[in-house]
Amino acid sequence: MVMTSNRHNQYQCPGCGYIYDESLGDDHEGYPPGFLFKDLPEDFVCPACAVRYKEDFQSPSGII
Amino acid sequence: MTTHAIETPEGTVTYTDHKRWWWLLSLVNPLIPLVGVLGHWLTGSELWLLVPLGMMFIMGPAFDGLFGEDENNPPEILVPQLEQDTYYRVLTYLTVPVHYFTFLMVAIWVGTHSLSWWGFIALTIAIGFADGFAINTGHELGHKRTRMETWLAKIVLAVPAYGHFWIEHNRGHHRDVATPEDPASARMGESIYQFARREIPGAFRRAWMLEDERLCRKGLPAWSIHNEVLQSYLISIALQVGLIATFGWVMLPFLIIHNFFSWWVLTSANYIEHYGLLRARQADGKYERCQPHHSWNANHKYSNLLLFHLQRHSDHHANPTRRYQSLRHFPDLPSLPSGYYGMYIIAYLPALWFKMMDARLMRLPHINGDLSKVNINPDSLSAIRARYGHDV
Repeated sequence: MVMTSNRHNQYQCPGCGYIYDESLGDDHEGYPPGFLFKDLPEDFVCPACAVRYKEDFQSPSGII
Repeated sequence: MTTHAIETPEGTVTYTDHKRWWWLLSLVNPLIPLVGVLGHWLTGSELWLLVPLGMMFIMGPAFDGLFGEDENNPPEILVPQLEQDTYYRVLTYLTVPVHYFTFLMVAIWVGTHSLSWWGFIALTIAIGFADGFAINTGHELGHKRTRMETWLAKIVLAVPAYGHFWIEHNRGHHRDVATPEDPASARMGESIYQFARREIPGAFRRAWMLEDERLCRKGLPAWSIHNEVLQSYLISIALQVGLIATFGWVMLPFLIIHNFFSWWVLTSANYIEHYGLLRARQADGKYERCQPHHSWNANHKYSNLLLFHLQRHSDHHANPTRRYQSLRHFPDLPSLPSGYYGMYIIAYLPALWFKMMDARLMRLPHINGDLSKVNINPDSLSAIRARYGHDV
């Protein structure tokens, strides 16, 4: 399941389903609304499961 | 008996969880030390204070042997329903006050009775182990993404004074599991006593570093109320200082022994869960993603029912947000010969542990005798090479 929003993209962890929504960021992890997925650190792992790495996330276009 | 059902083009799929009510055992498991207190109260014999340890380490492995293993899995299509069934999560919520109740009852008993030295030690070690399993309750809760569940994790982890666990475990151990970088994954040839000296400080350091990084991103100082490690520690301090203030200095040895054995339970679990297992490094320098064969599994019915399925550890690491009732058995996984209670005792006897586990490790299908696929203790490398051959 991959979803899109108007201005920002959503990126989903293929393992646990966690969604990084650029319009929301991730307040708990310290990424403010509007923080782009591509700007997340290269060693970013899924904040929910920590099993999948940044490059595993799936974007609407299938390209990150 | 509750049955879950879903309509599919191929017909109706149904599933009745025969363990549904048996999961109440995880809720009552923390009460075990109170069996000793109750017996002592009713009979006046301190011998009763030995019973809780016997229930854990004699009855536990015996029941695992008696009741055997369970390979039953829910149909995958019904897992979303099973995960939404509130009954299962309510059990984890209720386990939190059960841990507090038992801890306080035992503390009161110790604080108000002149026990013999051995009675005191036996009861304190028993409550230490029981509250080590509070880390297991915190583990199940801490993996969830709801605010209430993460708060309950922090609250229950305050009992064993191990509040940094869920930060370190979720964001550190799960990321680094089965690699030499992980202080919470044991290496082949490493005894549990060596492992503890690496695991306990390593876990604390990694938790603090991860929380510091998170708070830094938020523009907050590490030493603040927003620090989720410190939040749980504050509850621990209130609890333990309160006990010393109420019952005096007898609480000091009680709390030191209690805390140590609680931490030791986690060390024991970490030691057996990934012993020697190694994720391969990819061409890009990163490790392969965690697979079910990167954890040791125990499918034993009795101990799994006491521990919210913790021992189905392979599926937990491959899918950490899955709730305990949905964790699956897979065939051909690294499997332990007994449940955790029995394996802990074996781990405490390193010569026996190495004898049983090293050969078992080398025989795993994905290792097949190849030492380059094993996470080896550097100090044991030459001895292991001499015994099991050189890297392929």
